[in-house]
Amino acid sequence: MTELSKSGAAVGEPVKDSSTPSAFLEVRDLKVHFPTDDGLVKSVDGLSFSLEKGKTLGIVGESGSGKSVTSLGIMGLHTAGQYGKRKAQISGEIWLDGTELLSADPDYVRKLRGREMAMIFQDPLSALHPYYTIGQQIVEAYQIHHKVTKKVARRRAVEMLDRVGIPQPDKRVDSYPHEFSGGMRQRAMIAMSLVNNPELLIADEPTTALDVTVQAQILDLIRDLQKEFGSAVIVITHDLGVVAELSDDILVMYGGRCIERGPAEKVFYEPKHPYTWGLLGSMPRLDREQTERLIPVKGSPPSLINLPSGCAFNPRCSYADVPKDNVTRTVRPELAQVGSQHWAACHMTQEQRDRIWTEEIAPKL
Amino acid sequence: MARGTAAGPRAVLAYLIRRLFAAAVMLVVIILVVFCIFFLVPKWAGVDPAAAFVGKQADPAAIEAVRQKLGLADPIFVQVWEFFKGIFAGRTYAAGGDVTQCAAPCFGYSFRSEQAIWPVLTDRFPVTLALALGAAVLWLIVGVGAGVLSALKRGSLWDRGAMIVALSGVSLPIYFTAMLSLSAFVYGLKWMDGQYVPLADSFTGWLGGMILPWVTLAFLYAAMYARITRATMLEVLGEDYIRTARAKGLTEPVVIGKHAMRSTMTPILTMFGMDFGALIGGAILTETAFSLPGLGQAVLSAIRNQDLPVILGVTLITSLAVIVANLLVDLLYAVIDPRVRLS
Amino acid sequence: MTPSAQSGGATLTKDAAPGETLLKVTGLQKHFPIRKGLLQRQVGAVRAVDGLDFEVKSGETLGVVGESGCGKSTMGRLITRLLEPTAGTVEFEGKDITHLGVSAMRPMRRDVQMIFQDPYSSLNPRHTIGTIVSAPFKLQGVMPEGGIKKEVQRLLSVVGLNPEHYNRYPHEFSGGQRQRIGIARALALNPKMVVADEPVSALDVSIQAQVVNLLDDLQQELGLTYVIIAHDLSVVRHVSDRIAVMYLGKIVELADRDSLYKAPMHPYTKALMSAVPIPDPRRKSAKSERILLQGDVPSPISPPSGCRFHTRCWKATQICTTTEPPLLELKPGQQVACHHPENFADQAPQDTVLLTVAKRAAELVADEVLAESAETSAAVAAEVAETVAPAPAEATSEGDAGDSGDSGDSPAKEK
Repeated sequence: MTELSKSGAAVGEPVKDSSTPSAFLEVRDLKVHFPTDDGLVKSVDGLSFSLEKGKTLGIVGESGSGKSVTSLGIMGLHTAGQYGKRKAQISGEIWLDGTELLSADPDYVRKLRGREMAMIFQDPLSALHPYYTIGQQIVEAYQIHHKVTKKVARRRAVEMLDRVGIPQPDKRVDSYPHEFSGGMRQRAMIAMSLVNNPELLIADEPTTALDVTVQAQILDLIRDLQKEFGSAVIVITHDLGVVAELSDDILVMYGGRCIERGPAEKVFYEPKHPYTWGLLGSMPRLDREQTERLIPVKGSPPSLINLPSGCAFNPRCSYADVPKDNVTRTVRPELAQVGSQHWAACHMTQEQRDRIWTEEIAPKL
Repeated sequence: MARGTAAGPRAVLAYLIRRLFAAAVMLVVIILVVFCIFFLVPKWAGVDPAAAFVGKQADPAAIEAVRQKLGLADPIFVQVWEFFKGIFAGRTYAAGGDVTQCAAPCFGYSFRSEQAIWPVLTDRFPVTLALALGAAVLWLIVGVGAGVLSALKRGSLWDRGAMIVALSGVSLPIYFTAMLSLSAFVYGLKWMDGQYVPLADSFTGWLGGMILPWVTLAFLYAAMYARITRATMLEVLGEDYIRTARAKGLTEPVVIGKHAMRSTMTPILTMFGMDFGALIGGAILTETAFSLPGLGQAVLSAIRNQDLPVILGVTLITSLAVIVANLLVDLLYAVIDPRVRLS
Repeated sequence: MTPSAQSGGATLTKDAAPGETLLKVTGLQKHFPIRKGLLQRQVGAVRAVDGLDFEVKSGETLGVVGESGCGKSTMGRLITRLLEPTAGTVEFEGKDITHLGVSAMRPMRRDVQMIFQDPYSSLNPRHTIGTIVSAPFKLQGVMPEGGIKKEVQRLLSVVGLNPEHYNRYPHEFSGGQRQRIGIARALALNPKMVVADEPVSALDVSIQAQVVNLLDDLQQELGLTYVIIAHDLSVVRHVSDRIAVMYLGKIVELADRDSLYKAPMHPYTKALMSAVPIPDPRRKSAKSERILLQGDVPSPISPPSGCRFHTRCWKATQICTTTEPPLLELKPGQQVACHHPENFADQAPQDTVLLTVAKRAAELVADEVLAESAETSAAVAAEVAETVAPAPAEATSEGDAGDSGDSGDSPAKEK
C-alpha cells in the first residue's frame, strides 16, 4: 500500500488493515488509470475518504481533476463504453455498507447499481434515452431490482414523479424526454435514480446544465429528498456555491488527488491549501461587496500523464517560493491533519499558511 | 405537439397521413420526370421519340404508326394526361384502324415485341423480389450481427478480420464474386447446377438455384452494413444514456440489445429502405451472372434490343419501389423514434 | 483611423469620447419564423428578441443577463449585425447599420468585434494561431506597420500568450489559452466595441478569473467598450458598469450595477439574484432568503400576454395579465418594466390581486421576503413620493403580446 494510506493512518483513520470499516462508504487509496497511446492518464491517483449515511460530501475540482472518474469508479462504471480500448486500471478499496466493491463479483456490483447506489448526471437530455418514455425508463429501473408487475412499477413511477414535483405525473409519465423542459428532465432523472431508495446517491454536476432559477429548484429538491430518504450523497461540481449549499463535508481535488478535505465551514473559512485559496479568490461573489480584481490561479491545470513532480500544484502556486524547512520539493506532500476533521496536503508549515491566509488572502476576498 | 399518450396516437396518425401524401406527390413528380426523360428529352435532343420506341431497324411506316399511337403530335399536356391515365386506367393506342389495347396498369407497350409491358414486368418481378428479399434477410443478419460484434470487440482479432472481409466485400465487384462463386461451387465442386428453377416447379430446385445469388448479393451489402453498424454502434455506446442504463443496474445484454440496438437501427433502417427499393428494380449484374429471369435481366436485354418501353416500365416500377420502401421506413421510424412524429 | 495608428501600441485615439453614445438600439426585434408542412407555410415565430431599447456609452461595459431563451445571444448577434433585425434600428456612432449589406458593413466590422463562448469550436483546428489572429488583417486588407507577423506577435503578448507560439495549432492550447486567442483575434483591428457572448462560461473557475481580469486590463489600456452577455450573475456584476436583465426577449430592468444589485426593482431580477447559490456554508440554512420561482421560462413562441413574467411572479395582479409594463426610468439610472416594482412605489396599487397566482407564490416565497418587500416598497415609496412623481400606471401596451393566454408554468414548450 502506498504513501497516502500511511498518511491516512497518521491522521487517525485505520486504513492500513483492510478490515471492514465502520463508515457507510469508505474509499481507500483509490486509483483509476487509463492507458492511452500518449501514456498512462492518472485520472485518480490515491484518493481516500469516507461518508456516513444522511451526510453530503461535496467533491470540488476543475475539469480533469478526477472528480467524475471517482464517481464512475465507485459505481463500477469507469470501464463502461471502453470497448476495445486498453482497459482502465483501478485499484484500492471501495467499501459500501461493509462490502468491498472492487474485489466483489461484477454481477454483484451490477445488482447494487441502481438499488444501493444511484447516480444523477449532468445533462439530463443526453442521459435519458430519447426513444423511451420517462415512465418506461423509470419502470425499467424499478423492475430490474424488484419482481413486480408493470402496473405496480408504473404506479411507483408516477408516485416518484409526483414526489419530485412534476405536475400531472399520471400524464407526464408517458411523455418522452424531449417533451420535457430541462428542469423537468432533471427532476425525472432524480425520480429515476431514487426509485429504489438507494442508500448512496452520486450527483455529478446535477445543475450545471440548468438555468439559475431552475438550479435553485433542483438544489432545493435534492436537499429535501436527502432529508426524507436519509441517503448518503456525493455532489460533484465545479461550482463552490452549489457545494456550499448542499455539503456537510468538502473534498477539493487537484490533479487526481485530494488536496484538502474537511467540514464545509472549515474549508470555506479556514482553507489550508493555496489551491483552495485560489478557487475562492477566482470567484466573483454576489454576497460580498464588489472587489476590484479577482485573484486568479496562474497557469493551466496539469497534464494527468506528466504530473509535476512533488506537489502537483507547485507550478501554479503563488507561494511555491516560501522557504520550507526539511522538505524535499520533489516529494509529494501528503494529506496531514490541520484541524479537527480537517486535512490538507501542502509543504508549507501550518503557521506559514495561517499567516498567509489571514494576512494576504482573507482580506482580499 | 404530442403530450403523452393522449395526443400520441393522433400525432402518429397525422404523421402517417403527411407521409402518405408526400409519397403520393413524389410518385406524380417521378412519373412526370420519367415522361420527360423518355418523351421530351429525345425530342429536344433531335431524336424522334417514335423511332426510338420502335427500335433500330424500323421502316418509316411503322414509325409513323407508332407516332400516331403515342399521340406525339398532340400537345404535351395531352400526352402527359394519356401517359398518366394509362398507368391508372389503361389506354388505347390507335393509328387509324390499327388499335392496340393496353390494360389498366399500362406501363407502356412494346411495339417491337407486340406486347404490353406490365405482364412482362409481373412475370419477372417475383424472381427479382425473391432475390432481393432473400439477400436482404441474409445481409441484415450477417452484416448487422458482424457489425455489432465488431463494435463490442473493437480492436480484437475478430474485429480486424471482420473489417478486412467487409472491406473486400465492399470493394470487390459483384461480377467478380459471382464468377468466383460459380466457378467454385457450380463448376468446381459441383454442389449445385447453377440453373434457375421456378418455385412452382420445385422448391428444392429453386432454393438450390437461389442460394448462390443470395449469398453473392448479400456479401456486398453485408459488408457495407457491417461497417455502418460498427461505426454507429460505437457512437451509440459512447452516449450518456447508455451509461445511465448501466447505472440503473441493467445487465449488459439489456444495455446492448435494448438500449443501444434501438438507436443503432435508426440509420441502418434508412439505408435499408434505399437499398432494398433500388434492388427491387433489378439487380442487373447478379441476375445476369446467375441467369435469373428477373427485371434486371429484362432491362439488359431491352437495352441490347433498344426496346425503350421495357426500360421505361422498369424505371417506373423501380421508382415506385423506392418510394414505397421509403414510406415504410418513414413509418417504422415513427415507431422507433418518438421525436420524428413531431417534426 | 489609419492602419498605422493601429500598431502604435496601447494608447490610441478614439472617435467617440468616453461617455458618448456609441451604440443606440431602438425597438429591436428578431423573430425567427417557424415553417411547417410541404409548402413551408409560416405557422408562427420564435420571438427571440422582441423590442429592445438601450444605449451603450463609449468606454463602459454593459452586462446582459438572463436565462436560456431570453434572447441575449440573439441580441448580441443583432448588434454586431451577424443577424439582420426583423424590426427596429441599430445605430453605431450615429450611423444606422440596421440593414447594411455585407460590403457596406465591412468597414464597420473593424470597429465591432465579437468573442464567442466556446473556445474549442470557434477556432479553425487546421489553422495556426498566427493564421487565425492575422485573418482580420487579410480580410480587411489592412497592413499593419512592421508587418502582419510582428503585429500578431504583439497581440499575442498583449493577451498573455507566448509570441513564439505563433506557429502552433489550437489543440495545443488549453481552454483558457484558446479564449485568449479568440480575444487576440477580436482585438486585431483595434475595435471600438467588443461584444462577448458568454466569454468565460466554458472555462474552469481559476481560468475564468484570468480571462475576466484580462478583459478588464484590455478595457483600461485600450479604452474598449464592452457588451458582455452572460448567464452568470456574479461574473456580470464583476465586469459591468450597467446591467440589462432580459426575460423572454425583453429588457425587464436596466440599471447601474450597484443600484441593480443593492435594490433590484423588477421581481424577476430579485428572484434571479436570490437563486444564485452563495458560496458560504453558514448561509445554507438561510433558505428563507430565496425566492423560488415556479416552473420554467415560457416559450418565446407564444409568450404570456401583458407582462411576460406574470405567470411566475408572486406580485402579479390583473393588470399584469393584460397590459405590458413599459421600461421606465423610475429612479435615476434605473429603468424597470413592472407594474409593481420592488423597492419602489407600486405603479398600479389598486389593482385586483390574482388569487391563484398570489396563493401559489405565497407557498414559494417565504413570509419574511414578502413582508420585507412590502416594507421596503412602502418606505421607498414614501421617500420617493416627494421627489419623483411615479409614472402613470395606464402605460401604453405595445399591443403585440395579446395573442396568448398560455400559462407559463406548463413546462414542455419546446417543439
